[in-house]
Amino acid sequence: MEAQLRISAEDISYTYEEAPSPALSHVRAEIREGEFVAVLGHNGSGKSTLAKLMNALYIPTEGRMLVCGFDTADEANVWEVRRRAGMIFQNPDNQIVATVVKEDVAFGLENLGVPTDEMIPRVESALAAVRMSKYADSAPHMLSGGQKQRVAVAGILAMEPSVLIADEATAMLDPSGRKEVLETVKALNRTKGITVVWITHFMEEAAQADRIIVINGGEAVLEGTPREVFPEADKMREMHLDVPRMTGLAAELRAAGMPIRADVLTVEEMVEEVKRVCPLKSGT
Amino acid sequence: MLGNITMGQYYPVDSPVHRLDPRTKLILTIAFIVGVFLVHSLWGYALVFGFVYMTARVARLPFRMLLKGLKPLRIILVMTFLLNLFFTAGDDVLVSFWIIRITREALRQAVFYSLRLLFLVIGTSVLTLTTSPVALSDALEILMGPLKKIHFPAHELAMMMTIALRFIPTLLDETDKIMKAQMARGADFESGNLLSRAKAMVPLLVPLFVSAFRRAGDLAMAMESRCYHGGEGRTRFRVLKFGKHDALAAGIMVVFLAVIVLIP
Repeated sequence: MEAQLRISAEDISYTYEEAPSPALSHVRAEIREGEFVAVLGHNGSGKSTLAKLMNALYIPTEGRMLVCGFDTADEANVWEVRRRAGMIFQNPDNQIVATVVKEDVAFGLENLGVPTDEMIPRVESALAAVRMSKYADSAPHMLSGGQKQRVAVAGILAMEPSVLIADEATAMLDPSGRKEVLETVKALNRTKGITVVWITHFMEEAAQADRIIVINGGEAVLEGTPREVFPEADKMREMHLDVPRMTGLAAELRAAGMPIRADVLTVEEMVEEVKRVCPLKSGT
Repeated sequence: MLGNITMGQYYPVDSPVHRLDPRTKLILTIAFIVGVFLVHSLWGYALVFGFVYMTARVARLPFRMLLKGLKPLRIILVMTFLLNLFFTAGDDVLVSFWIIRITREALRQAVFYSLRLLFLVIGTSVLTLTTSPVALSDALEILMGPLKKIHFPAHELAMMMTIALRFIPTLLDETDKIMKAQMARGADFESGNLLSRAKAMVPLLVPLFVSAFRRAGDLAMAMESRCYHGGEGRTRFRVLKFGKHDALAAGIMVVFLAVIVLIP
C-alpha cells in the first residue's frame, strides 16, 4: 500500500503583487506521509515562497495546492491546513510570542481553543520531545538560537500536526545549533512519523533527506534521492548550487581517472571507496 | 550599558501580597484610590499611612522602594503644595507680607492635596511592585472582558502588552549592538549638548526602527501560521483562580474603607 499523500502541488504558479515575473512557475511536487523531503535552492530561487504556499500564507495564482487533502485556496480550509502543516521560520527571535517558554509552546493550542487541562500535558510532552523540558520556565531571550528554534518546533509539535515545514530554520544558527535543530527534527520524523519539508540551501543538510527537490528560478528542476541528485554536479553548478564536499571530490577523482562511485555523500563513504579502489599493500 | 534595565518595577519576592490574584489586587487598588479621595481629616491620612505601611510590610517591600516611585513626581508635588498654598481664597490669615497672604484654609488644602497625590502614587506602586507585568495584563484582559460587547479591544490590548514585554529585551540587545557598531565607526553618544546628543541618536534609531518593523512583519506571519485569529474562541494556558487570601484581602479593604468613611 502506498503511503498517503500529504502535500500535493498541482502545477502551481505564484506571482508577487506588482512583480514582473512569477516567483514560482508550474511546480509539481508530491510529498507522502512519513517522508523527509529537502527543498534545495539558492537565494531567490522561490523555495521560501513554496513553503509559504504550503501553509496557506500565500495562495497560488495558478494551479492547486493540496495539504492533507485540503485546498489552500478555499478560505474555509485555512485553519485546517495550518493545524495539519505547522511551520517554523528562519529568524528564531521573531517567532516566539510569549515571555515564558512553556506559554509560547501553548500559544498554538490557545488559538485552537484546546481546554486548559488538556493543554498542560500536551505542552509538557512537546517540550520533552525536543529535549527542552528543563527550560519550560525560562525567558526565551535567555536561550541560544538552536534552543529557540527547538522551542518553535515544540510549539508546532504541541498542535499535533502531520507535516512540519521548516523554512530555512537553520540559516541563522551557528554550526552546532544547526546540527541540534536538524537532529531534533530528524528524530521526530523517525519516531513520530511526522512528514518533514526541510527548506534549505545547505547541501550537507539536504544530503540527509530521503528525497530532494531542487528549485531554481521558480521551477522544480531536479528531483530524487541525494544519491541521484548530487552526482549531477555540472547541473548543480549551473544553478549556483554546490554539491556536498565529498561528492565534489568524487567527481574530481573520477575525472582524474579513479574508478570510484559518483554518489559518495559523506567522509566515511569516501574512506570506504578509496580503500576499495586502492587497497593498501600489507605491511605498509 | 543597557543591561540593567528591569522590566517595569516588579520587585520579585515571595509574599502573601505577591501571591494574590492580580485581579484582586487591581480591584483593591481602585478601591484604595476611592478611599483616599474620601479622606477629609489628618486622622484619616494617618490611617491611610498606617494601612500602606502595613501592606508594604506584608508584601516585604522596602519602604524606600515606595518612595522611589515618588521621585519623578517631586516637582508636581511641590507645585501642588505651593499653588494651593498661595492661591486658595480664605479669611483666616496666618501670614501676610508684601503681596503674599497665606490663610488657614489654603494651608489645609495644600497639605491635603499633596498628601492625596502622595498616597495615590504610593498605593498604585504597591500594585506594580508586587504584580508581574504579564499577570497584570492577564488581569486587565479578564476584567475588561465585558467591554468587548461594546467593541473595546481588551484581548488585543493584552496581546500587544505581552508582545511588547517579550520584545523589550530583544530590542535592548539590538540597541546595544547597533550602538557598539556605530561607536566603532566613531559615533559619539555621550558628549556635547542636548541637541548634538539628540542628533547622535538618529543613526541609532533609524536602523532600530527598520528592524523593529521587519520583526513585526515576521512575527505576524508566524502567529498566523500558528492559527492565531484574534481573541475569538481562544482558550487560556494561564488560568487565574481566586483563593482564600483574596477573600481575606477584600475583607481587610472593606474594613479600611468603612473606617475611613466613619472617621469625621
